[in-house]
Amino acid sequence: MVAFTINGQHQELDIEPETPLLWVIRDELGLTGTKFGCGIAQCGACTVHVDGQAVRSCSLQVGDADGKTITTIEGLSPDGTHPVQQAWLAEDVPQCGYCQSGQIMAAVAFLNEHPDPSDADINDELTNICRCGTYARIRAAIHRAAAIAKDAGGTP
Amino acid sequence: MTTMDASKAGAMSRRQFLVVSLSAAGGLAIGLSLPDLAEAEPILPEPWSEATGDEINAWILIEPDDTVVIRVAQSEMGEGVFTALPMIVAEELACDWEKVRPEYASANRNLRENNVYGRMLTGGSSAVRRSREFLQQAGASARERLIHAAAERWGVPADACTAKDSVVTHAESGRSLRYGELAADAAKVKLASEPAIKTADQYTLIGQPKARLDTPPKLNGTAQFGIDTRLPDMLYAAVVTCPVFGGSLKSYDAKAIEGRRGVKSVVPIPGGVAVVADRFWRAKEAVAALPVTWDEGPAASTDSAQFAEAYRTALNGPAAIARKQGDVMKALADGKRVEALYEVPHLAHAPMEPLNCTAHVQPDRVDVWIGTQYPEAALDLAAKAAGVAPEKVELHNCFLGGGFGRRAVNDELTQAVLVSKAVGKPVKLVWTREEDMRHDRYRPQAAIRFEAALGPDGTPKGLRVRTAVGSIERSLGWGSADKGVEPSAVEGLANQPYEMGAIEVDCVLKNTHVPVMFWRSVGSSQNAFAMEGFVDELAYAAGQDPYQFRRKLLAGKDDFLRVLDTIAEKSDWGKPMPAGKGRGIAIHESFGTIVGEVVEVAVSPKGEVRVERVVAAVDCGHVVNPRTVEMQIESGVVYGLSAALFGEITIDKGAVVQGNFDDYQVVRLADMPWIETHLALSGGSKWGGIGEPGTPPIAPAVCNAIFAATGKRIRRLPIKDFDLSGERS
Ligand code: FES
Ligand code: FES
Repeated sequence: MVAFTINGQHQELDIEPETPLLWVIRDELGLTGTKFGCGIAQCGACTVHVDGQAVRSCSLQVGDADGKTITTIEGLSPDGTHPVQQAWLAEDVPQCGYCQSGQIMAAVAFLNEHPDPSDADINDELTNICRCGTYARIRAAIHRAAAIAKDAGGTP
Repeated sequence: MTTMDASKAGAMSRRQFLVVSLSAAGGLAIGLSLPDLAEAEPILPEPWSEATGDEINAWILIEPDDTVVIRVAQSEMGEGVFTALPMIVAEELACDWEKVRPEYASANRNLRENNVYGRMLTGGSSAVRRSREFLQQAGASARERLIHAAAERWGVPADACTAKDSVVTHAESGRSLRYGELAADAAKVKLASEPAIKTADQYTLIGQPKARLDTPPKLNGTAQFGIDTRLPDMLYAAVVTCPVFGGSLKSYDAKAIEGRRGVKSVVPIPGGVAVVADRFWRAKEAVAALPVTWDEGPAASTDSAQFAEAYRTALNGPAAIARKQGDVMKALADGKRVEALYEVPHLAHAPMEPLNCTAHVQPDRVDVWIGTQYPEAALDLAAKAAGVAPEKVELHNCFLGGGFGRRAVNDELTQAVLVSKAVGKPVKLVWTREEDMRHDRYRPQAAIRFEAALGPDGTPKGLRVRTAVGSIERSLGWGSADKGVEPSAVEGLANQPYEMGAIEVDCVLKNTHVPVMFWRSVGSSQNAFAMEGFVDELAYAAGQDPYQFRRKLLAGKDDFLRVLDTIAEKSDWGKPMPAGKGRGIAIHESFGTIVGEVVEVAVSPKGEVRVERVVAAVDCGHVVNPRTVEMQIESGVVYGLSAALFGEITIDKGAVVQGNFDDYQVVRLADMPWIETHLALSGGSKWGGIGEPGTPPIAPAVCNAIFAATGKRIRRLPIKDFDLSGERS
C-alpha cells in the first residue's frame, strides 16, 4: 500500500512500490496531463510537484512518494489562471503542447525559488526539452509570470 | 491581461476528437440518415454531449448558441493548422471569430463521401497552400446560404441583406438574425451559383495576428494526445523489435514472464513481440524481462563508417542527371577551382510524444486513436491489419505531440491493431523512447560533392554537384525504384538560385538497410547545409563578402534579394565583431518559401560553440497568421540547430546506437539563441509553406559563422564532433 495526497485528494493504492510515479499518475489515477517523454529524467515532460519541489516523476518510485503531497498540472489552479498559465497564454508558448505541462510545472517551482529571475538563472536551471523549440517564448513567459505575480503582490 | 476560459478548453478538446465521427453525419443538408458506422455503438472514453448544431456543409456546423464548428482536415502537430485553417474559413463566413471552435474532420467520412475533405496528409508545408481556395469557398458558400435563409424568412431579396460577425442584417427594415437562428434553414438552401471568393486585398481576418485556438487546453492538461486515450477495459502493450532493421523474431520464452503481476499475454508482431498487461509499466517491465532471440540478418555487420565510405565511393560511380545547363566540364577546365565534400549523418525525428496508438478491434468495426499526419493511409493500415474494409475503420485523430514527418508512416498503428485483434480488447500500445529512437525512419545519410570554377573577377563559371543519398521513396516502397533521380534527393541543389554559369547536378540513390523518410524540410535539410556552405567557400575563394557575393549572384531575383537585404540590415552585417565571434549568412528556398538567416556565434578557446543570435527573414508570399509564422520560424530554427550542433544517429552492428535524449542531445534553454523573425513578403500569387522552411538555413548559417570566427570550415555534421579549439585573434 502506498498513500499520498494528489491535487488535494487522498489516495491509497495497492501498487508495486517501485512503479515510477509517472505511470501511477497517468494510468492508475487517469491524470494524463503529466506526460511521458523519455523515462530517464532527461526531458522533464513528466514534471510534477512533490511537497512543492519540481520532480521528474518518471524517475521517482511511487514508494518514495508515500505520505507526500503531489500536485500535477490538473491541480495547479482551479481555472487555469495561475500566473504562469496566464503568461504562457499571453506569450503563445505552446506549439504541439506535449512538453508544456512539464514546462509549466518546472517554471512554477523555479519561480518560487527565483521570484525575479535573470536569463542566466533560467538557462541554468530549466532543462526541460521542447522539440518544437518554444524556448524563446518560455523565457519571455517566465519573465512575464514573475511580473504578474509581483503585481498581484504574491509569489508565483 | 488575457485569462483562460477553461470551460471552452474542455469543450473543444472533448468534441474535436470524438464527436466528429458522430456529428459529421449529414451531407450538404442536414437530416440525412446516419451511416452504419456512426450508428454502431460508439466507444466512449468519457461521456460527452453530442453536437446538436446544424451542418451547413462538411466543413461548417453552427450550433443554436452561434458556436461555429470548423472542421480541420490537416493534423495539428504544433504548426498551427487548428487556427490558420479556421481563419481562412471564417474570413469568408463573416462569423464572430470568438465563437469559432476547430475540430478534426473525419477521415472515415472523407473516404465514404468521395474525398469531401480532399487530401488529409499533412506534410510538405502545404496545409494552407493546398486548401486555401476551397476553404474560402466553403466559408463563402455557407455565408451565402445563411443570407438566403434570412432573406427568405423576411421575404426580401438576398442582395439587400448583409452578413457580419455571425449576424445577418436587412438594413432597410433594421431586422437581423443570428447565425444560430438561421443555420437549420441555411443547411437546406440551394444556391443557384457559388459566390466568388475574396482576393488577398479584401482580407480582414487573414493576415491578422491571432492567438492560437488550441492553446488553452495545452496549458491545463486537458489537450488529448494519442497517448492520453483511455477506454473502458483497456489493456496496455509494450513492444520490443529486432534491433537490426529487417531482422526477425526467432524465438521468445513467454514462460519466463508468466505470473508477473498484471501480465496478460505475449503477441508476436512484425519483426518483434508485444507484451500485454493491465498497466503500461507492467507491460514494459515484462517485455524487458522477456528472453528473445533474433535473426538479425545480413545487415548485422554494418556500421555508419562503412556507410559513409560507401556514399563517398558512390560519388565516383554512375549518376542520374537532375539538371544540366551549358558545358560544365569545359567551364571547370579553366579558372580557379574550388572543390569540397559535404557529409551528413542519419537523424532521428524524436518527437516529444513517443509513438503510440490505441486500437479496439471488434468483429464489424475497428477504432483507432492516434496522432497521425496521414489519416487516409492510417485507415488503410488499420483495415489491412484487422482484415476489414477501410470503411469499417474509424480513425480518431488526436493532437500530435510533434510530427516532423515521423507520424506520416504509422508503424505503431499496425502493431496496436494486431495486438487488439489478438487479445479481443482495446489496447493502448506505447513505444518507449528507446524504441522510438531505434525504430525511427531516419533522415538519410548523404555525401555531396561540389566542384566549381571562378573567373578572374571571382564570378563562378561552372558548378558541378553530385549527391549520394538514400532514396526515401524506395525505402517506403513508393514510386519507381529505378528512376534514378528523386525530387527530394536534389531539392535545394538542382534548383539552387545562384547564377553559376554552366551547371550540372546529378544524383546517386543508394539505400542501406536503415529505413529513411521525410524529416522536417526533407532534402533541403542536408542540401541547404552543403550548398550554402559551399557558396560561402566560393565567396571567400573570390575574396568577397559572403553577403555581397550572394547578392551579386542573385541579381534580378527580387524575392531573394528582399530577404537577403532584410537579414543583412537587421543583423548589422559588416559591423566588426570581437575575436572568437563571427557572423554567418545563409538563404534557402523550400516549399515555396524563401528564408534567410544571419547567425552570430561565439567559439571559446576550448572550442565550445555558442549560437548567440539568429536574425531571420521570411518570404512566404502571404501570411495567414503572423504569430504562427514567427513561431514556426523559431521552431524550425531550433529543430535544425539541434541537428547541426548535436544530431547524429550512428549504426553499429546494424543497429542504432543512440537510445534516448542522453545520447541524442537536443537544444535546451541554455543553448537557445536570441531570435528575431522579419517578414519580407512578396505578396502577389505566392503562397509559400511555413512549417519547414525555417530549418534548412540554420545549419549552414551557423557553420559559416564558425568559419568567420575561427577560420575552420565544417563540412560534416554534427558540429559537436569537430575540434574547434584554438586561440583567436
Ligand atoms: S519522462 Fe520523465 S524526464 Fe522525460
Ligand atoms: S511544444 Fe511541442 S515539444 Fe514543446
